Order: sequence, then C-alpha cells, then structure tokens
Amino acid sequence: MTAQAPILIIIIPLIASFLNVIIGLWRKRLCYPLVIITLGLSVILSISILNTVIIQGVIHYRLGGWEPPWGIEYVIDHLNAFILIIVSFISFTIAIYSKRNVEQEFPEKTVYFYTIYLLLVTGLLGITITGDVFNLYVFLEITSLAVYALIAIGRDKAPLASFNYLIMGTIGACFYLLGVGYLYIATGSLNMADLGRLLPDLYHSKAVLVAFAFFVVGVAIKMALFPLHVWLPDAYTYAPSTVSAFAASTMTKVGVYVMIRIMFTVFEPRFSIVMLPSTEILGWVASGAMIFGGILAIAQTDVKRMLSYILIAEVGYIVIGVSVANRMGFTGALLHILFDAFTMACLFMAAGAVMHKTGETSIHGFRRLHRRMPLTMAAFSIAALSAIGVPPFAGFFSKWYLVLGAIDAGKWIFAVLLLLSSLLIAIAFFRVIENIYFAPSDHAHNGVGQEEIVRDETPLSMLVPILTMAAGILILGFFSGKIVSAVIQFTVPGGF
Amino acid sequence: MEAISSIKPLLAVIVSLIAAFLILITGERARNLREFWTILASVVKFAIVASMVSPILEGNVLEYTVISILPGLSLQFRVDALGILFALTASFLWIITSFYSIGYMRSLNEHAQTRYFACFAIALSATMGVAFSANLFTTFIFYEIITLSTYPLVAHKETSEAIKGARRYLAYLLGTSIAFLLLAIFLTYNAAGTLDFSNQGILAGKGSNALLTVIFILFMAGIAKAAMMPLHSWLPAAMVAPTPVSALLHAVAVVKVGVFTVIRVALYIFGIDLLSRLGLGTALAYFASFTIIAASIIALRQDNLKLRLAYSTISQLSYIILGVALLTPSSMVGGIIHITNHAFSKITLFFCAGSIYCAAHKTNISQLSGIGKKMPWTMTAFFIASLSMIGVPPAGGFISKWYLALGSIEAKEIPILAVIIVSSILNAAYFLPITYKAFFEKQDDAHHEEIKEIPMVAIPLMITAIISMLIGIYPDYFLTLTKEVIRLR
Repeated sequence: MTAQAPILIIIIPLIASFLNVIIGLWRKRLCYPLVIITLGLSVILSISILNTVIIQGVIHYRLGGWEPPWGIEYVIDHLNAFILIIVSFISFTIAIYSKRNVEQEFPEKTVYFYTIYLLLVTGLLGITITGDVFNLYVFLEITSLAVYALIAIGRDKAPLASFNYLIMGTIGACFYLLGVGYLYIATGSLNMADLGRLLPDLYHSKAVLVAFAFFVVGVAIKMALFPLHVWLPDAYTYAPSTVSAFAASTMTKVGVYVMIRIMFTVFEPRFSIVMLPSTEILGWVASGAMIFGGILAIAQTDVKRMLSYILIAEVGYIVIGVSVANRMGFTGALLHILFDAFTMACLFMAAGAVMHKTGETSIHGFRRLHRRMPLTMAAFSIAALSAIGVPPFAGFFSKWYLVLGAIDAGKWIFAVLLLLSSLLIAIAFFRVIENIYFAPSDHAHNGVGQEEIVRDETPLSMLVPILTMAAGILILGFFSGKIVSAVIQFTVPGGF
Repeated sequence: MEAISSIKPLLAVIVSLIAAFLILITGERARNLREFWTILASVVKFAIVASMVSPILEGNVLEYTVISILPGLSLQFRVDALGILFALTASFLWIITSFYSIGYMRSLNEHAQTRYFACFAIALSATMGVAFSANLFTTFIFYEIITLSTYPLVAHKETSEAIKGARRYLAYLLGTSIAFLLLAIFLTYNAAGTLDFSNQGILAGKGSNALLTVIFILFMAGIAKAAMMPLHSWLPAAMVAPTPVSALLHAVAVVKVGVFTVIRVALYIFGIDLLSRLGLGTALAYFASFTIIAASIIALRQDNLKLRLAYSTISQLSYIILGVALLTPSSMVGGIIHITNHAFSKITLFFCAGSIYCAAHKTNISQLSGIGKKMPWTMTAFFIASLSMIGVPPAGGFISKWYLALGSIEAKEIPILAVIIVSSILNAAYFLPITYKAFFEKQDDAHHEEIKEIPMVAIPLMITAIISMLIGIYPDYFLTLTKEVIRLR
C-alpha cells in the first residue's frame, strides 16, 4: 500500500466524492462519517508519504506505468510531502468542524456540500502531488470550480462574491494555461523535471519569458497576492464558516507552493532571481501586501473580513520569505505556511463558532464573549497572538526566520516592514481581544448592572478542532528547530 | 566558574504555569482551593529558587537547555548571581503578595478573581524566565509573556478608564518591544552571530561605532519596561490595576524585568569596556539622571497616592540604571542591590496604599489627614518604607545610595553625585508630608466612619517593611550575592 500511496491519496477522496452523492441520496446522515473516514485516510497516507520521502528520498510515481515525459508523473520530495500533510490534516480537522455548521446553515444541501468539499480537497492534494504542469492545471480548475460553488452556498452577497472570484480566478487560470501552452510550444514537454532540463537552453526565448510572466501573474491571482487580492475579502467573508476556514488556511498556501515550484523547479533559481529579477519585484509586492493588508484590517468592522485582510498580509509574509532567496528566508516561508495554516484555520473556525452562536461576526458582536464561550475565545486569542508574532506562539518563530532571512539578504527595509506590519496586525487584533474580554457590557450603564451571561460554549464537534489548532499553535513553535532539521532544510532550492 | 546542568531553573519557571492551569480549572466554585494553588506555587517556587543560591555562591552557574530553535539559538536557562538575586526577591515577594492579594480581593469583593490569580501566576513564571535566561532570545520570549499576562490585570476593572490604561500599557510595551527591541536583537544577532550573554559582552569589535551606538539606542528605547523617560507614561496608566498588581508587578516584577534586561544588555551584550569606549555608559547615566529628577518633580505634584508612588518608581528605577551605567564596581553594587531594596520598600508603600483603599476607600493624599490614628500599623510601615526610599540609615535604601554615591565619585562624575543628593531631598519632600498628614493633622470632615485595618492586608505590609529595614541593618547577605555579580566580571 505504501508504494501506491501517491495515487491512493488522490483517488480515495475523488471516488469518495462520487460515492458520497449516491450514499447521500440514500441516507443523508452517512455523508459526514464517509467524509471523516476518507480524509482520515488521506492524513494517514500523507504521513506515510512523508515518512517514505524522509527515509528513501524523492518518490517518482508513474501513472499507468507510462514513462515520463509522455505519461503523467507524480513527483514527491520533501516540499510537497510537507504541503500534503498540511492540506490533508487541515481538511480533516475542518471536516470534523463542519458538521454543526452545515446542519445550521444549509441542512438541505448537506450531500452536495460534502461532495464538493471532497472534490476541493482532491484538487488541492492533486496540485501538490503532481509533477506535470498540465495535470496541475486540471487540478487547479477542479479546486477553483469546487470553491466557487462552496462559496456561493454562503449568506448575503455570497453568490456575487463567488461570481467576482470566478471572474478573477478564471483570468488567473487562463494566464496559467497560457504559460503552460507557451512552454509546450517551446519545449514539447509538460513534465516539470523534463522542463527543468530543457528550459535552460531557451532562457533567452521571448516565449519562455512571457510564459514565466503568465505563470507568476496567474498564480498570484490564485493566492491573492496584493494587489490582485480584491476577490478575497468578499469571498471569505460571505462564504460558509467551514469553507472560509478551509480556503483561508490551505488555498493560498497551495498557491504559494505552485509559485515555488514554477520558480525553482520548472525554471532554475538563477533564472527567477538573476536573469529575470522576479524575486525582487515579488519582494516589493509582498511588502505592499503586508502593510496594506495590515492597514485595511484595522479599518474593518467585521471580524471575518478583518481576518481576510490579515490573511492577505500573511501571504505577503510568506512571499517575502521566498523572495529574499536565501536559506533562512525560505525556511521561514515554509514554516510560516505551516503555522499560518494552523493560525488561520483556528481564527476562521472560532469566528465561525461565534457566527454559529450569535448569528453575526461584527467586532461589536464579540463583546464579552469570554463569558459565554471562554474556550473558543481563548483559542481565538492564542491564534491572534500567533498571527501578530508574539512569543511564545508559533507565528513568532517563523517570523524570526523571515526577518533573519531579510537581514541575511541585506534587505533591511523588508525586516523593518515585517516588524511594522506586526504592529499593524497587533492593533487590528487587540481591537477584537479588548472587546472579547474587557468591553463594558451594553446593559452596564442603564442600571441593570452586571448582567448574568450564561456560559454557552461552542458545540464539541466544533470546539475540538478549534482547540486542536490552538494547541498546535502553542506547541509547534518550540519544535520549529526540529521541523526544520527533519523536513524543511531539504526543501531549500539549490543555489540558495 | 563551573556550569552545572540542572533542571531547577526550568522547574522554577514551570511551577507557576502549572498553578495558573490549576487555578483556571478550579475556578470560582472552590475559592479556597484556588487560593491554595497560588500559595503552594509561590512557596514551592521560592524554595526552588532558594535551593539554587548555595551553588551560585560557590561561584558556579546552573544551566539547562530546553529546546534548540535555530542552530546556535536555544531556549536556554543559565542562573548566575545577578539572576538569582532578582529571582529571589521576586519569588519571595510573591508569597507575601499572594496573602495580601487574597485579603485585598476578598475584602473588596472583586470580580474575575480566577483570571486575576491565573494571570498573576503566569506573570511570575515569565519573571523567573527573564531572570534565568541564558540569551537574549529567551529573554525576549519571556519579556513578551509578561506584557501579555499583565495586560488583563491592568484592564481588570473593565471600566473605560481601565481599558484606556490597558491600551496605553500594551501600546507602549508591546509596540516598543516589537519595533525597537526585536530589531535591536536582530541587529545584534546579525553582527555578533550569537545572542548568548557573556561576561565580556559579545558585541566588542563586531561592528562600526555608529552601528553599535544605534543598536544601543534601539535597546534602550525597546526596553520600555524600565520606564525611562520619555517612554514612562505606561506606568502611571497601569495604576488603574488592583493594588496588589501595582505592588508586585508594577513596582517589582514587570519594571524590574525591564531594568534587569537593561543590565543584561549593558553588561553582558555590550560589556563594560565597549560601553566606556563608546561613551555610552556616561550618556545613559545622564539620561537616567534626568529621569530621576524629572520623575521626582512630577511625583511632588500628584495627589493620587498610587500615582505619586508610580512616579517615584520611575525615578527609583533609573537609580538602578544609573548605577550600572556609571560602570564602576561600587556604582554597580549600588545599582544592583537597589533592585532588592527598592522592591521591598516600594511594595510596602503600595501595600499601604491598598490597605488604605480597602479599609477607608481613600485614594488621594489630601484625604489622609489623621488616618494614622486609625491605621497605625499601615502608616508606621509606610513611614519605615519612606525612610528606605529616601535613603536614611539604617534603612536598606541607605546602602544603595551609599554605594551609588561612592560610584559617582569613583567615576569622577560630580554632577551625578549632585543628582543623587538632590533626588534624595525630593524623595523626602514627597514622602514625608504623607506621614506628617496621617499622624499629625486632624481629620477635618465631621462624620467618623468606622475604619479598621484588615489583618490579611496589614500583616504582609508589616513584614515587608521590617525586611526593608533589616536589609539595611544586615546587608551582608545581599551584598555577598551582589559582589558575586561584580567579582565575575
């Protein structure tokens, strides 16, 4: 089974998603257990894959036994094994969380929701695992279509937000596909490793240069890199809680992964860094993301929207780590992918829990919630502190690497901007935290005095995933040294 | 000097974290059990800290590496004489403050006591962490935990005033630490390649004079917990907190962590030679002198007792910095021993303010006429602690000021000597009138409500007052430890 793990991890959720329709039409209750079991299996498989990679090195899996570059090949090294674990673990945890949310928000759509959710996970895992640029496009489209549908299920202006996202996302996908097309014309190959061998001779070809630009812009839209982020806040604000939690914590990260693959596997670091100063440009764009994400986050009155802008800033952090093009910065970027996935999942899930209990997510609605849902709010605060980058929470450790990376590269301005952005995010979050714990209650001044707030904690199926993430944020940071030496140090592209 | 591997420093840090957890679990339902955890943890913590004293006095250090974060950068503890002196003071005072807290919180029937005691325990944990940290990385982690864990304590009352105070508290402490301190740490790491504290300093010869000066300024601006002007205004704002918090945290733990970090940076990151070569020691000394005088003058004008004490704290903290900044052996002894002296006398003064508030609900000095007759124990303790603050022999404060004065002469900085003398006069000017008012002025308002001292509140403050006097009479114990700090240099 270990030998077939790379294909099983894709096939199992794919088959399960179709199975889900059939089973769901017969017994709606069975959808949830099916999803949990399926995603539980992908967690186990992804762990086994990482284990294999650590012990045996890179896995090459040929679909149907066809030789590359003609057949599709799955190539798994430390980098995508690492991302696979994040995606599968987060998707599993959020699936557990989804139960009450689905029951409350759209009980009649349970079957379709879970079907699409599994497709979304399949797509993300596929993007991560494949070693073929066109195959990657196929999975990218599966992911995108699935997420448009999931967002459209949400409240208020969700269909409009989803439509906006669809337009932007399609443009991004088109750019990506054009890039694939140009490279295919230039080289006749779609296999990443093969492209990596063929392209160096063609680096001066205008077609190849344009292809690279298409790739980067296309992926930048997908991962909501400032200033191509405009679709994100609406989409994640109005999406169902489960969807925004999952999309926020994994989709942008997988986008960054694709960017890394394109820049450093398909193209060589010397092309992406020296011949075309793309990292330089990305660095400045990412600085913009950090600062404007932070400022716009402060301006929001809705917590989910605020979190969306903070997510945009966090994407900036990760991209900055990649853009400084050295070992320390890259390590920081990958650590931040992991920690931020946990942080964002925790924050959006906690916001979703508030939505579940109070029906709104405005900052005002968070007033004194620590009395009503103390554990959820504790988890929210922990994740918020991690997003700010305060020790001892995980976010601090990845930011430490990121700043050191910027300094190593001699980019002092980035180091300063990283710290400045932390301050902006701190202001944004403490507005909420202050409301949660210390805001005078509404009734205090009209004579009623301290009103009795009954403890009304989030249901257990939502609370456990939230607390799991919070525990991860508390503990993982201290093990960042271990994570780096076990996995991340092998992912750093050569020449860094 | 020998490094002994020992898990004790970690235990000393962790014990109150565990207590915080137990306190949260126990909650309001079993108040006595909850308070028992606080007391138990404080006693155990003190015992652990005290057990580390004798190996330190023999000239050893205790080391423990918790986990490695980056190559050459670990979460690591190293207990030396300076650290143990601070830890000993803070953990001993926590025991007394715990009893005082219980008396204070219960007599005022305060809300959210579980949160209060839990945050208190976490703050003490982090204080030990700073005292024992072996490198700046570890220091920074615990420095930030202190800010975060004391923030709820400042906002405790949950009135709009408390929230504003807490906001300022956070903005100053978290803001400066991220913007300046963290940046300074990165610059240091980049220049020196390490963050480990070393007796010789790690930055000598590792950068241009301009760079090193910039790093030093960033450090001083980043460590706002030391409350040097102009970054002091968070401390008066923090006075909205319940009095035990002001007493232990904003007169001992939090602010002393700031001063302690300043000392660590000055002596163990820069080193005496480098500081004197760059002239930064003298510059810092004059900066501190300004704070000493300016804060004392502002203190004169405060009518709110806690605010007057807060400005007095700002002024007294700069004595410690001054002592270290003069870079002579005597001045350093004076500065470092002032950590302990100021801790005992200032905590007494705050305890007294709290005692008056609990028993008579008075907060302003102008209301204190004649209160000495009703609260004799409190006001006597207040008087004793004032003497120590002013530096009258045989109170403990005299020892610090004596060494500081000696140091300023050794350093040939006569203006500094003048500062010490003038500030002593100012100290007398803002402390003695309070005692005078309490004992010799007649109460002017007609109605005489019943004012009774609360034993649980009054006993702790008498203990600290007596100890602050004893340090002056028997200074040897602390002087030995302090001289151990200097000897190793």
